[in-house]
Amino acid sequence: MARISKEEVLHVARLARLELADDEVVRLQEQLSDILEAVSRVSELDLSDVPPTAHPLDVQNAWAEDVPHDSLSADEAFANAPDRHDDHFRVPPA
Amino acid sequence: MMAIDTLTLTAEEAKRLLEARELSSAELYQAYLAAIGERDPELHAYLHVCDEPAAEGIPLAIKDVISTKGVPTTAGSKILERYVPVFDATVSARCKARGLVLLGKTNTDEFAMGSSTENSAYGPTHNPWDPTRVPGGSGGGSAAAVTAGLAPWALGSDTGGSIKQPSALCGNVGLRPTYGTVSRYGVVAFASSLDQVGPVAKNVRDCALLYSVIAGRDENDLTTVDVPEVELPAAQDLKGVRVGVPRELNDAEGIEPGVREAVQAAIAVAESLGAEIDECSLPRSVEFGLACYYLIAPAEASSNLARYDGVRYGLREQGADFREMVMKTRDAGLGDEPKRRIMLGTYALSSGYYDAYYGTAQKVRTVIKREHDAAFERFDVLLSPTSPTVAFPLGAKAGDPLAMYLNDLLTIPSCMAGLPGLNIPCGLSEGLPVGLQLIGAQFSENTLFRAGHALEGALGFETVPTRYRA
Repeated sequence: MARISKEEVLHVARLARLELADDEVVRLQEQLSDILEAVSRVSELDLSDVPPTAHPLDVQNAWAEDVPHDSLSADEAFANAPDRHDDHFRVPPA
Repeated sequence: MMAIDTLTLTAEEAKRLLEARELSSAELYQAYLAAIGERDPELHAYLHVCDEPAAEGIPLAIKDVISTKGVPTTAGSKILERYVPVFDATVSARCKARGLVLLGKTNTDEFAMGSSTENSAYGPTHNPWDPTRVPGGSGGGSAAAVTAGLAPWALGSDTGGSIKQPSALCGNVGLRPTYGTVSRYGVVAFASSLDQVGPVAKNVRDCALLYSVIAGRDENDLTTVDVPEVELPAAQDLKGVRVGVPRELNDAEGIEPGVREAVQAAIAVAESLGAEIDECSLPRSVEFGLACYYLIAPAEASSNLARYDGVRYGLREQGADFREMVMKTRDAGLGDEPKRRIMLGTYALSSGYYDAYYGTAQKVRTVIKREHDAAFERFDVLLSPTSPTVAFPLGAKAGDPLAMYLNDLLTIPSCMAGLPGLNIPCGLSEGLPVGLQLIGAQFSENTLFRAGHALEGALGFETVPTRYRA
């Protein structure tokens, strides 16, 4: 199995919105390659007739009652906000 | 006032003493605060201690990935350093409603990602049996607190072994319940198709009692279902209980000889109690379980941890524009292991790789589930070691992610199948506790409690660490 390249590490980091220092890129390239090599074993099995499992219980269509209930007040919802402006979360410009 | 020995006091006995008015709730709470003051500077089981009890009742410690209204909840991460929940997780609310009082929040690997509690951004927890060794993880704080008498019992959370493995390494009783039996509302999400909350206690009856407090359907978590009524175990025998011994879980490479011996002795005790013992096999579950887990869990984590963006709560770093702010915040706030898993999960879900990795792993999960289903047609309980090793020295595996991941080799397969698993201590190896894993069919917690209680009585494990004995 091919090792993953530095470019791939940087691409995935951008997708994941992670800023990585240069030494982190080098370390992750090594570690991710090792881990991917180990987990790639899953492809050794013949799975042609096996359906996927996304949820281990045999339950379907769980619905909540469609009724109003209490929710957080605005002050509660903003209690942990790093930067509140009136009833908005303020962020730098896009 | 009677002398309270928190090292030996069970929650059930504390409840009896409170009801008989032989002890006041304030005295009980103070006894735990005193024990924390005495032993936690060395152990660092707690990230936050509540200096005053919020109510009367039996004290409880809660892992710091579970929201507690008005009490800091960090998930062991710098990105939530100043986060104070404005609501209780359902499990926290249920404990309050049943007269349990929060003592504090316990240490955890960051976002519950780890097997040693060394990944906590606030420093590691130390094992009460030997403070140069790890307590296991991710719930090392809860496990160490219960063993060291810093709480009568505690809540943990388990994705691939984070309750069972620390209980094994600290020598106490921990239950990972069946997926869907306990609400995750208000619990910091790691891998949502696997995460479960469960109890940690000194013995199986306490473990069952605490499970009965938290289990059951919750309208705020629609993955939860109605659960069978909890039966407190009393029987001392295992007559009629069919016990399977999966070869691959008992012969896996890396199981220490001392662990193997203690577990084999426990299986012999099970037989002497009347259990019908037979070998069985879970070949692909053990061979492919770890690989399957390390695709599915990081993939789900990469999605769950996308919420830490510096906008609504948690750390924010300054940036010239929105994207830079988000990237700088995540770089400053997340530690190495969450970053590694986010990267791995994002890669496994990215265009061109999704089918080969996440899609394939989900099919392997079906294979694992089917193998376990077949085993439970023949058996009520499966037995194996919980951890291949006893507690290892701090730092021994910290630089090698793959070696660390192997700690969960024996706990992961049943987690993938959504099955309940109970750890009970079954002996010592090199002076350190060995954990016995009991795995049951879905919703068979009562069977695990019955088997665990009978074995615990016959094994007679002394839960107070040697170094604390008078």
